[in-house]
Amino acid sequence: MRWPANTRALRALIRDPMGLMGLVLVTLFILMAVAAPILAPYDPLALDVRAKLQSPSLAHWLGTDQLGRDTLSRIIYGARTALTIALTAIGLAGSIGILLGLIAGYGPRWLDAALVLIFDALNSLPMMMFALAIITVLGPGTGTLILVVVLVSIPGYARLIRAQTLTLRSADFIVAEQAIGASTPRILLMHLLPNVFGPLCIVLSMDIPVVIMLEAGLSYLNLGVKPPTPSWGNILYDGYTAIRTSSTLVIAAGAPLVLATLGFTFLGEGLRDALDPRFTTARP
Amino acid sequence: MLTYAIKRAALAALILFVVMLAMYGMVFLVPGDPASVALGPRATPALKAMLTERMGLDQPVAVQIWRFFANAAQGDLGIDVWSKRPVLDQILEAFPQTLLLGTVALSWALTLGITVGVLAVVYRGTFIDRALGLVSVSFISVPSFVVAIYLLLIFAVWLQWLPAIGAGKAGDIPSQIKALILPSIAVGIGWVGYLARMVRASMLEIMAANHIRTARAFGLPERRVVTRYALRLAIVPTISVIAVGLGSILSSAVFVETVFSRPGIGTLITGAVFKRNYPVVMGTVLFTTAFYLLVITCADLLIAKLDPRVRDALAR
Repeated sequence: MRWPANTRALRALIRDPMGLMGLVLVTLFILMAVAAPILAPYDPLALDVRAKLQSPSLAHWLGTDQLGRDTLSRIIYGARTALTIALTAIGLAGSIGILLGLIAGYGPRWLDAALVLIFDALNSLPMMMFALAIITVLGPGTGTLILVVVLVSIPGYARLIRAQTLTLRSADFIVAEQAIGASTPRILLMHLLPNVFGPLCIVLSMDIPVVIMLEAGLSYLNLGVKPPTPSWGNILYDGYTAIRTSSTLVIAAGAPLVLATLGFTFLGEGLRDALDPRFTTARP
Repeated sequence: MLTYAIKRAALAALILFVVMLAMYGMVFLVPGDPASVALGPRATPALKAMLTERMGLDQPVAVQIWRFFANAAQGDLGIDVWSKRPVLDQILEAFPQTLLLGTVALSWALTLGITVGVLAVVYRGTFIDRALGLVSVSFISVPSFVVAIYLLLIFAVWLQWLPAIGAGKAGDIPSQIKALILPSIAVGIGWVGYLARMVRASMLEIMAANHIRTARAFGLPERRVVTRYALRLAIVPTISVIAVGLGSILSSAVFVETVFSRPGIGTLITGAVFKRNYPVVMGTVLFTTAFYLLVITCADLLIAKLDPRVRDALAR
């Protein structure tokens, strides 16, 4: 029963030029991340001091950086860094968000009030200031970066799950479960979770470009992924410091970042239009 | 209305307290004491002892927290451990710069964003509407620091029309305006797209309302219906969006100020993060959070005042 609806959505997505472009860009990005060792022509960490800051050539399609590392290889591996961090952070934040949201929505009133206060407090922080404060305390690095993303995103996810749980907790099928004596974990995980998971998935996937941007931004500030690990932000910073001698590096590092965020946004928009029943019925 | 205002203010104060307590608590959760972490490999026992005393780390935790809040309430955010300058002085020096950048960015973004949104409504369903929609989405999703670096490359390095770094000379207004152009574009560009989409969406909703149908029935030209009757109502939700968006303006200011080496809150806090300068980081976070909470609380009150529906809902 699910299949025809899904293929219809997919077809609607492909027919929409924006959705198609998003799909193509995201597929390219994921391909780059997964097949990095096959696609990259060089080792992204291999130094070649004689060939530093070169312009694009046949040997180095996108030139080299200050240490003579091949920019194309570093960008391909940068996709891997970006995707790994985005998936880990969003997966973690999503899981914790679900748990806290279910507890707040289904648990006792006082616990709900306390959790909502914490979510509100976290939400009302200027995100970047909060991130920088955590980095100051824990020191920059990939682990800190993931923690920052998790802490920043949990409130939004938990609030969404909480709201869904609140509307469902008095639904007939939940009351029926309670009546036949089902345990609370069983009700939460087997009956509530599947019903609240869908909307969360859309929000989670829409947050991927936000995390990619944050990772690159903090790495650009030297507060994210530590060099020499290739990250688009690190490469962008290398390009920025060399901007007066060579512009290749900075252009090459900014472009994939723009294309990846655009791709995910277009795909998200396209998916929303394709899946939204109001939209599909309104169309001839 | 008054009880609502008091309630909101109390909630904001409570949130601020919880946040700072959590921040402060975090410092003590980290393995190793802040003084040696801040000093890094340079730590000699004498240097460490000096810094420990200067940061007040020789006191019990409860005393430290109490002191921090008691001093902050009096407007004393402590002293920069490295330069020995009061943190508040540095913040008050940097903040107007960031405020200026944000205000200029937001002003042109508002003008352009509302114009684009109205155009999209006037030409709704046509090619122009779709093209503007695509441009808006692209503007929203492109990271501000990439925009900043590309602008820097094109207009400061290649064309050399505009300065690459700084905020202009003191007292020299034209140079300050020149230095403001590129950063304000980088900060504002996402807002153009965001506001355009918002104005478009809320206007389309309003266009279906009865009073618009009445205006049309009177035979008013469509252009007048859109600009005079629909736009007025569509502006109200943008107030709360702008207030909440202040956080994202601060975020992009951090990046954009760093790219253009502009003095401001962003450069102040990133510099402090590098040096692990706890008092400056904590002070800046406290200050910006307080400012942010103040703005969103005021915006909520303003909306309650402007929109009779919200006002009535609160009175009930």
